[in-house]
Amino acid sequence: MIQAPELPLWGALIVALLLLLGAAITLIGSIGLLRLRSFQQRMHAPTLGSTLGTGSILLGSMICFSLLQSRLAIHEILVALFLTLTTPVGFMLLARAALFRSRERAGAIPDQPPRQGETKRVE
Amino acid sequence: MKRLIPYPLMTLALVAMWLLLNQSVAPVHLFMGFILALAATWITVPLGIEPPNIRLSLAIPRLALAVLHDIVRSNIAVARIILSRDARTTSGFVRIPLDTRNRYCLAVLACIITATPGTIWMEHDSRRNILMLHVLDLVDENHWIGIVKQRYERLLMEIFV
Amino acid sequence: MSTMLLAWAITAAQVILGAAIACSFWRLVQGPRAQDRVLGFDTLYVNVMLVIITLGVQTGRMVYYEAALVIALLGFSTTVALAKFLMRGEVIE
Repeated sequence: MIQAPELPLWGALIVALLLLLGAAITLIGSIGLLRLRSFQQRMHAPTLGSTLGTGSILLGSMICFSLLQSRLAIHEILVALFLTLTTPVGFMLLARAALFRSRERAGAIPDQPPRQGETKRVE
Repeated sequence: MKRLIPYPLMTLALVAMWLLLNQSVAPVHLFMGFILALAATWITVPLGIEPPNIRLSLAIPRLALAVLHDIVRSNIAVARIILSRDARTTSGFVRIPLDTRNRYCLAVLACIITATPGTIWMEHDSRRNILMLHVLDLVDENHWIGIVKQRYERLLMEIFV
Repeated sequence: MSTMLLAWAITAAQVILGAAIACSFWRLVQGPRAQDRVLGFDTLYVNVMLVIITLGVQTGRMVYYEAALVIALLGFSTTVALAKFLMRGEVIE
């Protein structure tokens, strides 16, 4: 299924670059999901896809639709907005749940945080 | 006025969202969006959430630029770690004592920190106002404390008064 | 010429995103613990949403954007529900 809308050459170049860049960053994030060692480290990897990866693919899509309809098409901002607001919330909840579970089963995770009480104060 | 439009910013944001969803600024959509936004904000009044006090200043664009810059930079840093030969880093927890207790400050700070690759907001001890982060590439704790306090918290405290 | 270039770039982006989906699916199936699976699912839905957006660019139709919006919202609520389940062992208390 090889097809694409007809854009002027400069527009096609910009859209193509943005799409490829976003896809590559997302792939790196997902590879990190496989390669990093502990759960706490793996939590950091998908953020790549949901920030810069999504950002550049959506920017490419916005430029494409703006050129196609020859008016400013910024409706994709809504997807970016939802994603930047919701993914941090989901990750925070997941991180807290994982922390809770690893405290329940202490020692299961290599970089176990110090428990409340025996805190290492950093000033 | 305050009873009619209890959350002006929220109302504005909802109208903007409605217009984006419909992809038009026709008067019909403006009117409909305004009615829906008002209804939605009226429903939340009994929850008794106090609206944020936002001071419009240069701090807002400066914070946005700083966050954008940090997101791009840490994307590259995390990608480099993932693609390195054995993908081994020293990750760990950092505790940071905060100055602000404003809940909007804390909420925005949490979103900024978690949305930046390489740092995740783990816990906030509201009694002692200490924040716990998890950092992927932990070389120097003071570096991260400096970023959170100097770069983000100071600007956030200028915005939310 | 420019259409051909864009077409190949879009297809390449879709293949790359497909590999990303495979990675997150592997984490979803493999585990080892439940939170890893939830993390894999979270990555999976973001990647699928991105593929759908590239499909929108490919065909030039707006329908895909609405599908992406729905996936983003449903994926978020699923992650929240699963995180809460891991925390408490129940979604509705």
